[in-house]
Amino acid sequence: MEALLYQVSSGLANGIIYGSVALALVMIYQATHHINFAQGEMATFSTFIAWALIQAGWSYWAAFFFTVAVSFAGGLLVQRIVLRPIEKAPVLTNVIVFIGLLLIFNALSGMLFDHTIKAFDSPFAKDAWFDTKYFSSHQVGSAGVLLVVLFALFAFFKYTSVGLAMRAAAQNPDSAMLVGIRVSWMLGLGWGLAAAIGAVAGMMVAPIVFLDPNMMAGILLYGFAGALLGGIDNPLGAVFGGLVVGVLENLLGAYVIGTELKLTVALVLIVGTLTLRPDGLFGKKVVTRV
Amino acid sequence: MANLFEAKKLSAFYGATQVLFDIDFDIEAGKITTILGANGAGKTTTLRALCQIVRTTGSMTLNAGAGEVQLVGMSTDAIVRMGVAHVPDGRGTFTALSVEDNLKLGAYVRTDKAEVARDIDKAYARFPQLAERRNQQAGTLSGGEQQMLAISRALMLRPKLLLLDEPSFGLAPMIVAEIFRIMRSINAEDGVSMLLVEQNASLALNLAHHAYLLETGTVALSGPAEQIKNDESVRRAYLGY
Amino acid sequence: MKPLDRKWVWIGSLLLLAVLLVLPFLVKNYRVFQFNLVLVYAVAILGLNILTGFNGQFSLGHGAFYAFGAYTAAILMSKYGVPYWATLPAAFVVCFVFGFLVGFPALRLAGHFLALATFALALAVPQLLKYKKIEGFTGGVQGLVLDKPQPPFEFRFLDQPLSSDRWLYFFTLMVAALMFLLAWNLLRGRVGRALVAIRDHPIAATAMGINLPMFKSLTFGTSAGFTGLAGALGAIAVAFVSPDSFTVQLSIFLLVGLVVGGLASIPGAIFGGIFIQYVPNIADELSKSAPAAIYGVLLIAMMYLMPSGVMGGLHRLWARLRANSTG
Repeated sequence: MEALLYQVSSGLANGIIYGSVALALVMIYQATHHINFAQGEMATFSTFIAWALIQAGWSYWAAFFFTVAVSFAGGLLVQRIVLRPIEKAPVLTNVIVFIGLLLIFNALSGMLFDHTIKAFDSPFAKDAWFDTKYFSSHQVGSAGVLLVVLFALFAFFKYTSVGLAMRAAAQNPDSAMLVGIRVSWMLGLGWGLAAAIGAVAGMMVAPIVFLDPNMMAGILLYGFAGALLGGIDNPLGAVFGGLVVGVLENLLGAYVIGTELKLTVALVLIVGTLTLRPDGLFGKKVVTRV
Repeated sequence: MANLFEAKKLSAFYGATQVLFDIDFDIEAGKITTILGANGAGKTTTLRALCQIVRTTGSMTLNAGAGEVQLVGMSTDAIVRMGVAHVPDGRGTFTALSVEDNLKLGAYVRTDKAEVARDIDKAYARFPQLAERRNQQAGTLSGGEQQMLAISRALMLRPKLLLLDEPSFGLAPMIVAEIFRIMRSINAEDGVSMLLVEQNASLALNLAHHAYLLETGTVALSGPAEQIKNDESVRRAYLGY
Repeated sequence: MKPLDRKWVWIGSLLLLAVLLVLPFLVKNYRVFQFNLVLVYAVAILGLNILTGFNGQFSLGHGAFYAFGAYTAAILMSKYGVPYWATLPAAFVVCFVFGFLVGFPALRLAGHFLALATFALALAVPQLLKYKKIEGFTGGVQGLVLDKPQPPFEFRFLDQPLSSDRWLYFFTLMVAALMFLLAWNLLRGRVGRALVAIRDHPIAATAMGINLPMFKSLTFGTSAGFTGLAGALGAIAVAFVSPDSFTVQLSIFLLVGLVVGGLASIPGAIFGGIFIQYVPNIADELSKSAPAAIYGVLLIAMMYLMPSGVMGGLHRLWARLRANSTG
């Protein structure tokens, strides 16, 4: 029983990370109707920036917020400069450019920060008051950070007019223009937000898996699975999906197929969701007329 | 300039293809002007040119209370802010968003929140079917209901000029009649100027005050709607009935 | 085509054939091995092109089919003593079936989501290949070492022997030529038009009576078969398979090759093969991370400048030259 609880709690803790990556993916999807394959690499790059700042003597939270701000700006710039020219191009073109960005960011991380694994300290001290038996202080702290981000996003999309405008611009750019929305800027905003969330996810992951250019590859896949499971247009669902993936990964790994096939679990989840419930558990079914 | 809007030597292009050839037309404030013509005559392009969604040359001046403003070269969102609302062909509703969200988006550029809320209530009063479905996904509405929603969304701007692209398209005659009735009342009560593009000439001529006929990108005929409606030879030659 | 043009096409083709046949004897074995891999990748890219270029179904996971073809060949050769040339049809069939099965869930996916699902497949394959329970077959993490096939007869030309590498090159050349011919034949007729119709207007295609699900799944299968066969050829040439030879990077490189060569262009696959074989070597000399960065920049640049690949660029150049000469 202990072991089971441990698997579940550890799964939930991992799930929080997957959930935040899923959140970033959903962000971009909500804003642009594209899936950003480069999300993991961008997050890793952001984490490296934070690491460099901390090495240079900055306090953790100063580095944290600065990195988030810089990542936001970076994401916005990437959209404005790299993606804007192909906004109207076919989907395959966009997918290929995302892959190009994936390769570039990965290479940048390697070139600027080299490939040795680095330690990244958690801001949540090991003996803090919220350190518990099943969840370490870092895991609790990460969950708290994630919840804050999540609620902020939720409120943004549901209650602000900019959030509504972003969703409208993604779904129907032509009509969005006709009500006075600057569609191009909405896309840039979406990318900026996603980059910022990715940076947060990266900084929460790094203390656990250590920092190197390939940190996020596997996690990205779990993030995808979580985002799809929860419904690709639903931020709350994304986080829930991430948690489910985390727990399933651990339970299946410990009791069913062994730990070696964890990525296969993600694969099956992704394909299964896309085939059986393409809108995910919480996504809305969108009706289109022919 | 007495008119609300004047276009002079307006040409429009899709890429290298020219679709409108130096056309002139005016829109009188408070009146309904209609542009008629067959498929491919350039009617939809005219509306798109007005909103600067296609490349244009020539001049388009809008006199909506802030002096005379040249629209050619303006960004679409700036034109919207000047009070031009466009109901595109095919309705253009945000199908994945709720009816209420669609209405809110119509008022995106406005800052007076209280008035916006009032206008939403007014839209529901005018179209009870929308009120019933306020939280439903817009894509689940019937064609007629979507047209009502599209018009309501455009009215949320409190526009000075309302552009309508083939509102009768694909709708059953009874519903079309109701929509045209409502368009007349909107014009009569709120004094909203309208530019109506229609293939259904008889409907449009019954509603409008002034009419233009486009033939392959040029103005073949223009005059008071009443006159054109009653001129049998014109009708037979140009409008087919 | 004007008679003058036809004459040039014939002359060009004969020259090309001569070069292809004589070149292996002019260079060292290692270079011949590289030419061999160019052909292998070209066939793999051709397979991907059938699915993504002509039929519009994304695959970021074709490395998986390549891997399965390679392992099929390797297992048949090392565990069952099957001669190398016989493994090719087996690899094709195995991968065809596998691709056909993958095609079914793919029916419900499009665009990003299909890219995503196939991406997941590519990521999962190395792990699957390392799975301890099937180590008996796959050789686990260490993989399988194969015997390099020997040429079936003695031959000397230009004072160079027909070595193993040279023989395999000719073997691959013949198979590749056959596969390209097959693809060309398949794609230029009704089948090809149906594929493109499905890509561009799926609803209209269905309305015209094309059985969409069957067609799309068969396309997936055929595409997988081609790439799987290429994998088998690759395994024979390299004489070694291991899980880490088939990471997601392979899938990405195949896509890169497809884009560089030109979507929906059969000859473009050859340019793609040349690109992914040689550019990493050149880029590697710059820095450890450079190949990835160069690929990334190139991908993006191609999408801006030459979205229809090298073949598209060549077509435009050719059109411009002819316009100038007749104008």
